[in-house]
Amino acid sequence: MKEDEGKYRPLSYFQLMEVTLRELLVEKGVLTGEQIEAEVENMRSRTPERGGIVVARAWTDAAFKKRLLENGTKSCEELGLDLPALKLVVVENTPQVHNAIVCTLCSCYPRMLLGIPPDWYKSRNYRSRMVREPRAVLAEFGLHIDNDTQIRVHDSTADMRYLVLPMRPEGTAGWSEERLAALVTRDSMIGVALPESPGKTA
Amino acid sequence: MPDVAFKVGQRVRVLDRNIPGHVRTPHYVRGHSGTVERLCGTFPNPEELSKMRDGLPAQPLYRVRFRQRDVWPDYAGPAVDVIEVEIYQHWLEAA
Amino acid sequence: MNQRHHDMGGLPAGRVEPTEHDYAGWERRIDAMAVLLWGIKGTKKYFTVDEHRHAIESMAPADYDRLSYYEKWIQALARCMVLRGVVSEEELTRKLDEVRRRA
Repeated sequence: MKEDEGKYRPLSYFQLMEVTLRELLVEKGVLTGEQIEAEVENMRSRTPERGGIVVARAWTDAAFKKRLLENGTKSCEELGLDLPALKLVVVENTPQVHNAIVCTLCSCYPRMLLGIPPDWYKSRNYRSRMVREPRAVLAEFGLHIDNDTQIRVHDSTADMRYLVLPMRPEGTAGWSEERLAALVTRDSMIGVALPESPGKTA
Repeated sequence: MPDVAFKVGQRVRVLDRNIPGHVRTPHYVRGHSGTVERLCGTFPNPEELSKMRDGLPAQPLYRVRFRQRDVWPDYAGPAVDVIEVEIYQHWLEAA
Repeated sequence: MNQRHHDMGGLPAGRVEPTEHDYAGWERRIDAMAVLLWGIKGTKKYFTVDEHRHAIESMAPADYDRLSYYEKWIQALARCMVLRGVVSEEELTRKLDEVRRRA
């Protein structure tokens, strides 16, 4: 079992609890150490880059985008991305609508597509304020949306999970999907940022 | 399984119930009205699943769109802003 | 209306600090164990994600606020496995003592 590198630190109660439960479950034949390690590696392989692939395809293929907005999970699977147990709803940013995602009750997030969410997404401050003052929270992230654009907040309260399809940045005509995907950030797929603009990667 | 009671575009109100234990209807939408944006499908009831029951019959789940100004008396943003929340049918009534 | 501690949408709160950290091995293993035990990827289901959430929501509010994300998860995971009769409190206590002595 890979341990954290670095200096010796006494394990906290909860780290001891993790060892305790894991060893008990292995002893009882509920899980194996190999299964757990394999699942850890599997989750590691789920990163925002996978979302970037989906977004870049939607930017370049109008028919795919239509299918994506109708059935997020099936469309991602078309691209060879496995999404076990994930019911994905893709919401599209337009000049009239800016989407943002939150889970006020816990931290629901399209994990099987993008991986584990960042701490701030699970924080009290984000969960509490994003539904009530989204414009103020977005401004804290450095994103200002003008008052003519509708902000549509999605609270992932039940079985669906959400991905924001950001608008394609200006100045990217003729770009390959690979180049486009590199502009797509995790935060732009949560809705607290825009994708990168071409100037940075030119 | 319960029939699908509400149609896309229909006005619905979130019941102001007080079900103890694990519920997935956040308090801030209770008593408020919005429009059905889509039927997500039918799913086992999480309130029952949390108590180690099977959650059947599966319940219709909707996405309901609310105007922010209807939900928050002091909403600071423009009237056009909305919030969309997934709500189970047994929490909704026609508005 | 009773608004439970985790049901925090709309409550006053402070500035969102965009903190994130690279998850440690122990945190990733907790995440992995939960996913495996929920049975959402084809493994045998021992309890549901709903039971897991319920266990987290049932914590004392002070603990809910004080514990980190995966500290809450491991607490809830253990609780769910006890409720399902897969492990007992005694087994957990005994094993924890053994692990402590080794550490």
